[in-house]
Amino acid sequence: MVEALTDGLAFWPVGVPLAAAGAAILFGRIPAVQRVVSELGVVLMLGAALALLARVAQGDVVATAFGGWRAPFGVTFVADRLSAALVTVTGVIALAVTIYSRAEIGARRRRSGFDPLFLAMLAAVNGAFLAGDIFNLYVWFELMLVTAIGLITLDRRRAQIDGAIRYAAMSMLGATFILLGIGLLYGEAGSLNMLDLAERLAGRPATVTLSASGFLLLAGFALKTGIFPFFFWLPAAYHTAPITILAALAGLLTKVGFYACLRVFVLIFDLAAAPVVPGLPALIAVIAAATMLVSVLAAIAQVDIRRLLGYHIMGQVAYPMVGLALASFAGVTAAIFYTMHTMLVQTGLFLGAGAVVRANGSYDIRRCGGLLSNQPFFAGVFALLAVSMVGIPPLSGFWAKVFVIDAAFRGSQIWLAVVVLVVGFLTLYSMGKLWSQAFWKAPPRARRVLRRIPLAMIVALVLLASSTLGIGLAVEPVAEYVRAAAEQLTLGRGTGGLP
Amino acid sequence: MNILYAFVAAGLVGCSVYMVLSRNVARLLLGLSLMTTAVNLVLFQLGRNRSAQPPIIPKGETTLTGAADPVPQALILTAIVIGMALTIIFAALALRAYRGHGTLRSDQIHSAERLGDPFDGKVSDG
Repeated sequence: MVEALTDGLAFWPVGVPLAAAGAAILFGRIPAVQRVVSELGVVLMLGAALALLARVAQGDVVATAFGGWRAPFGVTFVADRLSAALVTVTGVIALAVTIYSRAEIGARRRRSGFDPLFLAMLAAVNGAFLAGDIFNLYVWFELMLVTAIGLITLDRRRAQIDGAIRYAAMSMLGATFILLGIGLLYGEAGSLNMLDLAERLAGRPATVTLSASGFLLLAGFALKTGIFPFFFWLPAAYHTAPITILAALAGLLTKVGFYACLRVFVLIFDLAAAPVVPGLPALIAVIAAATMLVSVLAAIAQVDIRRLLGYHIMGQVAYPMVGLALASFAGVTAAIFYTMHTMLVQTGLFLGAGAVVRANGSYDIRRCGGLLSNQPFFAGVFALLAVSMVGIPPLSGFWAKVFVIDAAFRGSQIWLAVVVLVVGFLTLYSMGKLWSQAFWKAPPRARRVLRRIPLAMIVALVLLASSTLGIGLAVEPVAEYVRAAAEQLTLGRGTGGLP
Repeated sequence: MNILYAFVAAGLVGCSVYMVLSRNVARLLLGLSLMTTAVNLVLFQLGRNRSAQPPIIPKGETTLTGAADPVPQALILTAIVIGMALTIIFAALALRAYRGHGTLRSDQIHSAERLGDPFDGKVSDG
């Protein structure tokens, strides 16, 4: 077992939002108090995440064991570098969404339970990132699903109920796969603690049970992540949610699915070394390539800004999947870096889309226009986020793509690098279409006045845009941290590779 | 006995897949909860149920011998609770959908698909 400090620090990023969710329910009738509770909870959560990050960055692994049961027997929260970084990114996203919600989530939506559901979702996301026990990870996934359904159906519109049914059905199916996969894994290895599982499975030959477990877990997490061929629920459900909520879902939920893939396939099954599950890396590579191509082509056809960006959620989560498929140290490093980048940028783009809709009064980009001359500052911030997703220096998206392509060349998977580049170009086309429709062209009706974008929206966007710019400019320390995170994740098995 | 359990679980999964593929949302719900039940049965078998001896390690020994592993049973309890909660939420959604659309046929519940459809000709205003 990797020695870990026992400390309560790993509990607070989950405990704080859960407590705040409870307090928000108590003040359910008073939206103004609810909002303050929510804001306080998110700020404290970000503080807890930063404290955890500061501790973990020194090289420690912080673990919290509940009820005094030591690992591998009890339920534990374990924060290594990967978990701490993702919890911190979650905190930044939560802060941006909370600031933004001042402008978009009114008293009616707060009375319907926006604050408790949002806080409980944050607790579930952090819980999934910090769970040291694979069954515990499954439980957090379920809490995430329940709160997301509540958030999607907040306005109780017909389309939202319809979207939530599709989402719930596919996610419940995925959860069943995950549960069966975990069960088979336990039956074979006799443990649920992820570190313990990794040690028990190291050097094991492939068996039918392990292969079945691996493929079931892949199918389950793929359903939750929304990747080919399991993605159909995502563009049919997400776009019905209010756009503040959509931004939070886009930034957080599917990435937790990918995080689970990283933990299970890199840490437990050790894709790089032994073929505990034969054929898995090649399968993941095909899945990732197909996801990228299908989603970007579908995005190009869209005219509704929510649907357009919704397809990009799927496409963007496939890039770190390429890193996972390469099953190398460089690939894992690229996957972690890309995940952090894409969480921030996806949320930012959706928040920006909300501002576009606020100014124009339409989700249809053909009916938008004139934002560049009318709101140049907002247009600049949105452009920064859009080109970061496309991958243009010096933003974080550029480095994320460089790492992925570099890892693909190192792994002699030239075709994957080619797919990444082609899809990157198509993404540029799709974003260019959005830009020229919503920002560049004159408004379709000549005398129409664009509405002013509230300050809260601009502040939230600036927070996310400056974080992508900051990661892009200070890439060396971030990449250094991510390499150390990858080293911890692979238990120091596969170092070297990336210079 | 074990082989019987295995075949029962397989049969249940078969039935549940058939029901999940149905176009009726209520059958979809029943299929999903049946599938969870089948998975719980598999989990139960993973505990290697050899005897009714309680899972307590006798004094002076360090390993549990002869008794069934209690962990899968704890997992099943958790999975049952989660499954029940999800079933209730899904049932509430199905009821809402029935009230809104007047039908439970999933091919006629398509308001989410039509929202912002690029080939629909309509525009989606906020």
